[in-house]
Amino acid sequence: MFSSHAADIAVRFIHVSKIFSAAGSRVAALCDVSGEVPRGSVLTVIGPSGSGKSTLLALCNLLLTPDGGEVWVLGREVRRWNPPDLRRAAGLVFQRPAFVPGTVLDNLLLAARLHNRRAADPEAYLSEVGLPADVLLRDPRELSGGQQQRLALARTLVNDPEILLLDEITAALDPSASRDIESLILARRAERGTTVLWVTHDWEQARRVGDYTWLLVAGRLVKAAPTPQFFENPPDEQVQRFWGGEPEGGKMS
Amino acid sequence: MSLLTLSFTLAFVALALILSLWQRLGLERDIAVATIRVTVQLLIVGYILKAVFTLADPVFILLMIAVMLAVAAHNAAKRGKGLPGPGWRVLAALALTEVVTQGFLLALRIVPPTPQYVIPISGMIIGNAMVASGLFLNRLRAEAETRRDEILLLLSLGATPKQAVLPLLKSAVRASMIPTIDSTKTTGLVQLPGMMTGQIIAGADPVQAVRYQLLILFAILASAALTSIALGFLTYSGLFNAHQQLVLESGRETNR
Repeated sequence: MFSSHAADIAVRFIHVSKIFSAAGSRVAALCDVSGEVPRGSVLTVIGPSGSGKSTLLALCNLLLTPDGGEVWVLGREVRRWNPPDLRRAAGLVFQRPAFVPGTVLDNLLLAARLHNRRAADPEAYLSEVGLPADVLLRDPRELSGGQQQRLALARTLVNDPEILLLDEITAALDPSASRDIESLILARRAERGTTVLWVTHDWEQARRVGDYTWLLVAGRLVKAAPTPQFFENPPDEQVQRFWGGEPEGGKMS
Repeated sequence: MSLLTLSFTLAFVALALILSLWQRLGLERDIAVATIRVTVQLLIVGYILKAVFTLADPVFILLMIAVMLAVAAHNAAKRGKGLPGPGWRVLAALALTEVVTQGFLLALRIVPPTPQYVIPISGMIIGNAMVASGLFLNRLRAEAETRRDEILLLLSLGATPKQAVLPLLKSAVRASMIPTIDSTKTTGLVQLPGMMTGQIIAGADPVQAVRYQLLILFAILASAALTSIALGFLTYSGLFNAHQQLVLESGRETNR
């Protein structure tokens, strides 16, 4: 399992579990998940709603703490990182982008402002994600869903993250807008060797963009393989059950 | 005023009771309890103040201020339910405000260090600071709940807890100060403040009474700002755990 050299691994999960307690009952969101994501690769994570996909991402930037096991990011256990540094290095893009009050520009330069950095050229960040410069002074809530998601992505890229954590970022977009976002991210990866953990509901997307694919069901990692093999072999019973029973584009809680 | 003449004013209470019964407001019990409580409290305080004034011992002055602070902190902290352990933080913020404002008045000899001045002025400063901190805590909790996604976003971009809650703190401080500012604006036009009214009834020159009232209004403005900002610095860290995650109930992470 841990055969590769540590320096080549961007993210490593070691027997990770996460438990949520709500209204007195305790629910295991993740149960004994182990696996690793090589640097510069794209891992696609698929699974039904509530299978723990978003939880897996939130553990990587310590928005959640593992209850069992360890999560290693760029050679250090997440709890040993200074949280702001970890969160800059592993940039998370949420499924539903939130915006601070203000303009597109205010939102785009949030990260730069937080870290007292001058962002050289806001328009360059916009053009990288395919947004026109004339939206800079608009209210982000007036933008279309696709444009909002591009802005959210650009905002995270301002931090120059080595790892991108993408939480179903194309779930609300039409197929052509999704494809655009996919190529943006793949271009970034090709250019800078960014590691990507990509949670998606879209089976086809997982196949298109992934180097490795994991299937999570009820908090357990039930299948992990290089993407071609994952989809090439006739899907086993568990995969089929997920594939057959899950309406496409369903919402993750 | 004799106790007999005072007792005539119970007619006002009777009127409130009759209205409540007539309109079935169901407030009779509360009205009765409030009337008895305020009567007992104030009569006792009257005798205590008389004793403190005659003794003129700083220890008793400090003791009275400590009691005011404790009661005010207890009261305001109730507004912060859901925020982790605000009790001592409110107490600290109120105490700071009292020390700074009262200390300023005494140090510059604006008021003499006698119980007749120090105790009522402290009461007004602490009372207003209590209202401001109650509003602050209430607003902060509401904002932390409604703007949770914004906080999570800022954290995920590498914000420190302080950076992530700063916009909320600002809006909570603002919310806590607006009533003070508004009532300051209309003072004298809409209502004559209690202290000034009291002095005038007691025979003081209205022009002098107005000067003291202005002193109090300025002190109250400062104390509202001081309390909320101090409380902001003291409470924000309680919204986060050691891993710089947002927690709204003590110890629990917020899951999306």
